[in-house]
Amino acid sequence: MDTFSSNDKKLLQVKNLKLYFRTTQGPVQAVDGVDFELDYNRAVVILGESGCGKSSLAKAILRLLPRNVAEYSGQILVDGSDVMTYDEERFRRDVRWSKMSLVPQAAMNALNPVLRVGDQVAEPAIIHMGMKKAEAFKTAQKMFQNVGVPVDFLVRYPFELSGGMRQRAAIAMALVTSPSLIILDEPTSALDLLTQANIMNVLKRIKQGFGTSYILITHDISTSSELADEVAVMYAGQIVETGDAMRFFTSPLHPYSQKLMASVPRLRGTQQPDFITGQPPSLINPPTGCRFAARCPSRFSACDQDPPVFEKEKRRVKCWLYS
Amino acid sequence: MSGVMTETSPKNPSLTANASGSNGALLSIKDLRVWFELRKFGFGHAGYVRAVDDVSFDVAYGEAIAVVGESGCGKSSLMKTILALYRPTQGTVVYQGHDLNQLDSKGLKWYRTQVGYVQQDPYGALPPFMSVQRILSEPMVIGGVHDKNQRLERINKVLEEVKMTPVMDFLGKFPHMLSGGQQQRVVIARSMIMEPKFIVADEPVSMLDASVRVEILKLLRGLQESHNLSVIYITHDLSTVRYFSERVFVMYAGKIIEKAQVDELLKNPCHPYTLALLAATSDPDARNALTFKEVPPGEPPSLVKPPPGCRFHPRCNKMIPGLCDVQVPPDFSVTPGHDVACWLFRPEGA
Repeated sequence: MDTFSSNDKKLLQVKNLKLYFRTTQGPVQAVDGVDFELDYNRAVVILGESGCGKSSLAKAILRLLPRNVAEYSGQILVDGSDVMTYDEERFRRDVRWSKMSLVPQAAMNALNPVLRVGDQVAEPAIIHMGMKKAEAFKTAQKMFQNVGVPVDFLVRYPFELSGGMRQRAAIAMALVTSPSLIILDEPTSALDLLTQANIMNVLKRIKQGFGTSYILITHDISTSSELADEVAVMYAGQIVETGDAMRFFTSPLHPYSQKLMASVPRLRGTQQPDFITGQPPSLINPPTGCRFAARCPSRFSACDQDPPVFEKEKRRVKCWLYS
Repeated sequence: MSGVMTETSPKNPSLTANASGSNGALLSIKDLRVWFELRKFGFGHAGYVRAVDDVSFDVAYGEAIAVVGESGCGKSSLMKTILALYRPTQGTVVYQGHDLNQLDSKGLKWYRTQVGYVQQDPYGALPPFMSVQRILSEPMVIGGVHDKNQRLERINKVLEEVKMTPVMDFLGKFPHMLSGGQQQRVVIARSMIMEPKFIVADEPVSMLDASVRVEILKLLRGLQESHNLSVIYITHDLSTVRYFSERVFVMYAGKIIEKAQVDELLKNPCHPYTLALLAATSDPDARNALTFKEVPPGEPPSLVKPPPGCRFHPRCNKMIPGLCDVQVPPDFSVTPGHDVACWLFRPEGA
């Protein structure tokens, strides 16, 4: 294990991360030069339409790669040490699940149907923390209490649990090794409204109680605001805006973020929702300039060039309007 | 409005009877029950799943209605019964004076030209081996439009209406070549191709991207207004309801627990369950992160053995002991057009 002391170390720093997939038509640039940082006990929400590369970003951070990777490069610093230089065995031992864990998309269907829920939840503790089975089971019990599932459900099979319960079991599984970072890939998208609100409460409580950080990947802007300290907006494989949630939700900077926010139907208030015309570009041959230019209402001559990231009031935005 | 209706009377003579009991509504549902029998070892009776239990409402011409509820509350069973895919266990669904239960196969064929169905998952709803043109022709071949040119003409018209232009570019395409939004447009076009009187839309946007959702909802709303269609819009998302429909029905555990105009329901929600749903719906606001949501404990009841009395009472914080857990609440009127099935709103002295 590395030793870390200085206080200015971030929990996670991602620098120029790239993940391309090989296809017959050429490489798909799913994650193309992504930079962002995350501090201890903070939650960043990654927003974007489907196909913008947000799930690939989660996989790239946890190095859960499929076989058809064409390029995987950049830097990922966890607690200040570059985990990209670790070999597969060291990454598995020191990073995956011991420092960051994942609640996969549709997690309630990700449980093994022929194993008892408790055994599955305890397994990471046995493998990654070297616990004895009985001890791991006790930890699993504690996590079940934390996420609000009755403890006697530990000996049940996944099919005996409702969708919300299974989702909570998946969250308990991600928590059992007490990692400092949990990546949540669409944790509530398949759940009912009341269950959704419940899960969000559980996540908030865990964040307060354990000091956990989250990367929440979602396209549901309304629900994401329940957890967000910071927001990163992703478009066509790139992050186009990052900033703190307070200001993002009231006044987004990038034209895409503005359009995205305007497309959210609201329960309160009188604002009519709008929509974004056109479609995101193909990630096989993305346009050379700004990738949003073709759909952008405020495009001008400079947009043919790829915009760098500009800083404005501590927010970062990849758009020529803010040069 | 109803003047347009005369030409649509069915060719089947057995159907032309009694258009009287329908009091001007397009569709009228009365005491509807849809129960599914559970069997033990394949033959022993083991109870019923009461998916829809005692539901009554009318749909007027040109009216859009939203049915809101969580999964498992019976909204899909209600929809399928309206589409005449399920037979009601009890009660009636009457369309323009015709009881759906009494339609023969010819009558059902006619009924299905009158109703459009917009499915939830567009990719699953479109046959992958058919081109857009064939997908749109199919209902007309079955529905009795035999002239090929006439069919092409209608396809052109409908595709223009769902804004898939230029039409020629799309006719030869297969579903996998279209984006999710375009696929849903084809599904909508297919539901419109027989020029129906009303459309049932089952969560038409839940599988789509946030940025496309509003576009599809606006398209549906536009079609509804320009064709004076009645629409039943089934959803779990309360925030889209106000842009789409005139009236809302909130469903819980097989029953409609609150009916009201959209604005009225949002301004003056009555049933504790409706209140919980509204409280759980978030708007994008960073301040949400600072507070916890209030969520009723527990989960919706089993529909095999629903709790006695009000079905929400085990989760309700305003439960009146001795009343809510014993007697089923009838509909009480809060204001005209706003009914709520909750004992809290019983009239004074009752």
